[in-house]
Amino acid sequence: MALNLIRKLVVSSLFCVTAVTASAETFVFTAIPDEDETKLVERFRGVADYLSEQLDVDVRYIPVKSYAAAVSAFRNNQVQLAWFGGLSGVQARRLVPGSEAIAQGVEDEAFETYFIANTTTAIKPTEKLSDLEAPMKGKTFTFGSKGSTSGRLMPEFYVRDTFGTKPEDFFSRVGFSGNHTRTLRLVEAGTYDIGALNFQVWEKELSDGNIDTDAVQVIWKTPAYPDYQWTIRGDVDERFGEGFKQRVTEALLNLDNPELLESFPRSGFIPASNDDYEPIRKTAEEIGILD
Amino acid sequence: MFSSPTVRTSFIFLAIALVGLLFADIAITASNPWRDLGNFFLGIVTPNFFSSEGLMTALLRTVAFAFVGVALGGVAGFLLALAYRSLPVRMFCAFVRAIHELFWALIFLQFFGFHPLTGVLAIAIPYAGIFAKVYSEILEEADPEPGRALPPGTGIISAFLYTRIPDCWVKMRTYTAYRLECGLRSSAILGFVGLPTLGFYLEASFSQGLYSDAGAMLILFYVLIATMPLWVRPKLLPVYILGAPFFLGEGLPIVWGNVQRFFTEDIVPAPLRNGEGLAGLAPWLNDLMINEAMPGIWNTIVLTQIALVATGIISLLAFPLISNHFGGPIRRNAGHVALVIARSTPEYILAYILLQLWGPSMLPAVVALALHNGGIIGHLIGRQTNTIKLRPDAPNGINRYGWELVPRVYRSFLAFLFYRWEIIMRETAILGILGIYTLGFYVDSAIQNIRFDRAMVLILITALLNIGVDTLGRYIRRKLALKTMPTC
Repeated sequence: MALNLIRKLVVSSLFCVTAVTASAETFVFTAIPDEDETKLVERFRGVADYLSEQLDVDVRYIPVKSYAAAVSAFRNNQVQLAWFGGLSGVQARRLVPGSEAIAQGVEDEAFETYFIANTTTAIKPTEKLSDLEAPMKGKTFTFGSKGSTSGRLMPEFYVRDTFGTKPEDFFSRVGFSGNHTRTLRLVEAGTYDIGALNFQVWEKELSDGNIDTDAVQVIWKTPAYPDYQWTIRGDVDERFGEGFKQRVTEALLNLDNPELLESFPRSGFIPASNDDYEPIRKTAEEIGILD
Repeated sequence: MFSSPTVRTSFIFLAIALVGLLFADIAITASNPWRDLGNFFLGIVTPNFFSSEGLMTALLRTVAFAFVGVALGGVAGFLLALAYRSLPVRMFCAFVRAIHELFWALIFLQFFGFHPLTGVLAIAIPYAGIFAKVYSEILEEADPEPGRALPPGTGIISAFLYTRIPDCWVKMRTYTAYRLECGLRSSAILGFVGLPTLGFYLEASFSQGLYSDAGAMLILFYVLIATMPLWVRPKLLPVYILGAPFFLGEGLPIVWGNVQRFFTEDIVPAPLRNGEGLAGLAPWLNDLMINEAMPGIWNTIVLTQIALVATGIISLLAFPLISNHFGGPIRRNAGHVALVIARSTPEYILAYILLQLWGPSMLPAVVALALHNGGIIGHLIGRQTNTIKLRPDAPNGINRYGWELVPRVYRSFLAFLFYRWEIIMRETAILGILGIYTLGFYVDSAIQNIRFDRAMVLILITALLNIGVDTLGRYIRRKLALKTMPTC
């Protein structure tokens, strides 16, 4: 019986090995795990197919479990391109000299964070965060991932800036849900009273009818800031041939498959530069996430 | 009653845990925890084995990483055991085993990245430290008589191979096989940080509330562990060990420059790296100690002490489940299944599940640690009661439990409990990665902020704390004259 099992294992694993073995130079990219994994895998496999077609090289997407893992893989040259958030992009480009932000979503120029609250808290939506000092104080609060721009950096900045105190001291309990979808689910279920998430995730879930609007609502929107972008390593031309970076940039800017764009969700990609993310760097330094 | 040192010790620890409860953050914050728990069990009974295309590959990788990691750890541990008398070797072993597999994985991920070596070393290194300790204890206990019977002039190696090894062989084999089971658990949870083992898919399914998918993975994992006696056969072992390296997956290639960079730049404390010299080091270290290390140590200790006592209570409640002295065969078989599930599920996975269902606080961690460790100790104590012969007119039910059995097994119960003290603390620290504010939380935060210098200092502190508790545990066991065999 055991031998039989081994035989099966050997055969099945041979398939796996052959499936993974690709040509010598595979262009590998990753993305920060900011949403449910199934969605990400589906989305980025589509992107991998698209890029492979446009660039005429093998392109592979690898999923990672944390924002830091995405940054590390980029820094270690195990991936050459990444879909980063504002903060993870700044971290990555600091660590890899010569790397560049090459494209961002149309929506990423002016991104927002939504503060959402479970309706049982009876917190009323407002234009000014300072109005919420009394209603929010002592409630429970969840960020997204520790390394997220829209789920951690910006909400923490505005909490500190407005209430003059650390989130841990302002709220009775502060958690890190892991990603934006989970923040939404946890606040909707009432596990946390309040949460902060990426406005695009909220809008998309809302239009897909996945939010119980009787249970959770938006209570405040942050001012706009730059967020997600594609960042590429500076040494890709040496490895994949002259002009490769330019070709990747063009392929991303020309991406017009509506289904693929919808999955991000972005209406299209536009050029970006490292300087666009200066405000993010300053904010991160201000709250002590970046040295 | 209080004149007995074992009873006194028990009450002291109980009191510490009760005081700890006053400071601990124990709460169910989910608004509907029982509905979620219900959904989860519904998922377990309606498993979906065809959810993920990668599931079978993940299972195969889990086994492969376990075999390669345990085999390497075993060989290295055996060699270290031979030199275990030397103090530096003992200290080295104590140090490497004080750092949890997941911490090792997080370290290697920073420079080997998603290469199979990351997972293999994450298992092999701490296991080598544990193997070295246990093998050396086994070799120590070998009967010296056969060695004295040898003619003068016999080589050291021959003497070792012909007199010591035969006496220790069975014990070493049993322990190694047992360690393999631990290796499967370790291998599975490595997926939580991104290696291609079962935990990778389990985390993905759970976080999305796909309980039927998660249920299928857990069931497959239990079957894998429960059927080990069927597929782990001595004759097949060479095949597995030689074959396993080919099934680790390819991962991504190692860039060796990263290794050098990690050791010469990343882990050098920021003030030194930026040329501020020793003057800058003090405020840096001070900030780290006050804002991260101290709260982390405090929470780790509080949670460990509560979990230790909860483990003890669960063990004492659970052992009758498999004891021959109570109930019929049906209850005992059900009891066996319950305890197998409790001890086969790694604490990390149990805590992860409960955190998802009940919301974040220390409670899910305490329950997870108590269930897993209580399952292990309950199983061992239960088996021990089966060797006890009672008088035909011995009392029944609660009297039999309280007056006949518990007093007889209490000393070995305490021995197991203090043996596992250090293990519970190591797990407590690591559970911080899931969002409970123990040391692992601060290690994870430092890594998320790409501050490996801070992460390394915190891991070092965690290791020292573990070594401290291990020493204290051994001291108490010696003081109470408790003897035990190793568990993982």
